[in-house]
Amino acid sequence: MNLPGILAIYRYEMARWVRTLLQSLVSPVIATSLYFVVFGAAIGSRISEIDGVPYGAFIVPGLIMLNLLTQSVANASFGIYFPRFTGTIYEQLSAPLSPIEIVAGYVGAAATKSIVLGLIILATATLFVQIRIDHPVWMAFFLVLTAITFSLFGFVIGLWAEGFEQLQLVPLLVITPLTFLGGTFYSLSVLPPLWQTVSLLNPVVYLVSAFRWSFYSTADVSVEVSLVMIFVFLALCLGAVWWVFKTGYRLKS
Amino acid sequence: MRAILAQSNVCLSASMSQIISIKGLSKTYKSGFEALKTIDLDIEKGEIFALLGPNGAGKTTLISIICGIVTPSSGSVTVSDYDIIRDYRATRSMIGLVPQELTAEMFETVWATVSHSRGLFGKWPDPAYVEKVLKDLALWNKKDSKLITLSGGMKRRVLIAKALAHEPSILFLDEPTAGVDVELRNDMWELVRRLRDSGVTIILTTHYIQEAEDMADRIGVINNGELILVEDKHELMRKLGKKQLTLQLHDALDAIPASLASHHLVLAKDGSELIYTYDSQGTRTGITHLLTDLADAGIRFKDLDTSQSSLEEIFVGLVRRDR
Repeated sequence: MNLPGILAIYRYEMARWVRTLLQSLVSPVIATSLYFVVFGAAIGSRISEIDGVPYGAFIVPGLIMLNLLTQSVANASFGIYFPRFTGTIYEQLSAPLSPIEIVAGYVGAAATKSIVLGLIILATATLFVQIRIDHPVWMAFFLVLTAITFSLFGFVIGLWAEGFEQLQLVPLLVITPLTFLGGTFYSLSVLPPLWQTVSLLNPVVYLVSAFRWSFYSTADVSVEVSLVMIFVFLALCLGAVWWVFKTGYRLKS
Repeated sequence: MRAILAQSNVCLSASMSQIISIKGLSKTYKSGFEALKTIDLDIEKGEIFALLGPNGAGKTTLISIICGIVTPSSGSVTVSDYDIIRDYRATRSMIGLVPQELTAEMFETVWATVSHSRGLFGKWPDPAYVEKVLKDLALWNKKDSKLITLSGGMKRRVLIAKALAHEPSILFLDEPTAGVDVELRNDMWELVRRLRDSGVTIILTTHYIQEAEDMADRIGVINNGELILVEDKHELMRKLGKKQLTLQLHDALDAIPASLASHHLVLAKDGSELIYTYDSQGTRTGITHLLTDLADAGIRFKDLDTSQSSLEEIFVGLVRRDR
């Protein structure tokens, strides 16, 4: 195994993150704080508890998930797209690195960044609302698993994109709407039955539900089903990455 | 031409230790463009091999396949007897590549990007070695500068430093001196010579044929995806280099006398020069005969000069002939 190679990619990506700390860390934290001010303090005070949890606290897992998904996708997609765009990808392709090692470097760094961000948002949330975490180990597990899965998804987008517009297309038109409609700010139980069924087609529902369960022991979907769905999505992303490296799609001519 | 290629390969296999062996290599891109047509080539350990060819001849495709960036359509390449696909870790660890384009992480510092390259190729950090590489390339005082602030020539040096960061035994230089000033170019070739002296095998492509003439041990000429010639540089210039004798006449001529027609002379500079082309390696150059005939015709000359065709002239001649 080329461990120095994996670490070189990982360190390089983390250094890029530190260089753009304002954009990659401060900006999402400020945005999330605004959500707490608006939905938690201003509107939340007029909304009754959901499943016994005050509304301000109820939205915390969803908000963390919202940032975790968007940042995982953004970090990983940009991480691999940028060397493709500038042409420096020649170095990774000519290095003695297996596809798994390249993915480990990029996805590992992207997942690390979004996990750190998720934890910072969690810490920020405690300044606004009272939070309890019933299942901390599961909370950490879901946090890490989701970050890895969506970083893989972002990696695939970064390989697929042929321009900066396409790079933004999936996060803006797919991830953000799915997250907002995935129970970030509400429980599925408040929806009419038809829309509850439709919502089950949204993979983000399972992520938010399982993550919220790790906080308050309440879930829209059973934790087991959520876990299976997350692993299915992880397998799909791994399959896509495997196919990309096997065929050299958008990497090798 | 093919005979020369075959002959040179036979000589190589008999007497030299090959570090790269290319057999039946071809590449057809998805667009249908046939970039390489059945290339066979051996690179000798420790030599400087210059690959010459016009734009689009297939030089970069050939280099990219060996380095693992482009997938070959057929054929095989071995590096120190390791297959570039099956044993890619072993082969890529031995190779450093300086690409044609100035592609680098513009917001990184020189030190960080060179150290990054070392890591990518499986080597643990070695600040002393990176310092040596940067000093060799006169980059040490720029080690904390971001690449975006460097001139084109400096960026080119950084690309070389990155390629050398993992201590490769084979170095590919894809037109490394394009857009580089004369001083820097000389520095680079000095470095290339030092690397060769330390045992590094160097394969370079260049548009500056003078450089190949100055630097290379062997020359390969590629055109339309075919290797039309591989030859020892001196042997190539000996075999294909024409020699010319220029006579500066005492009195200018209006035309070449009929008695001199058999010498196929060319009248130049308003009749004040006679040019005679001959094969210096031939059993008879015909010079004595020519001078006798000139004396018989009453043509006197005040000076004479001989010259040999340059590699550039040989190259242009070969590529034209191949069209």
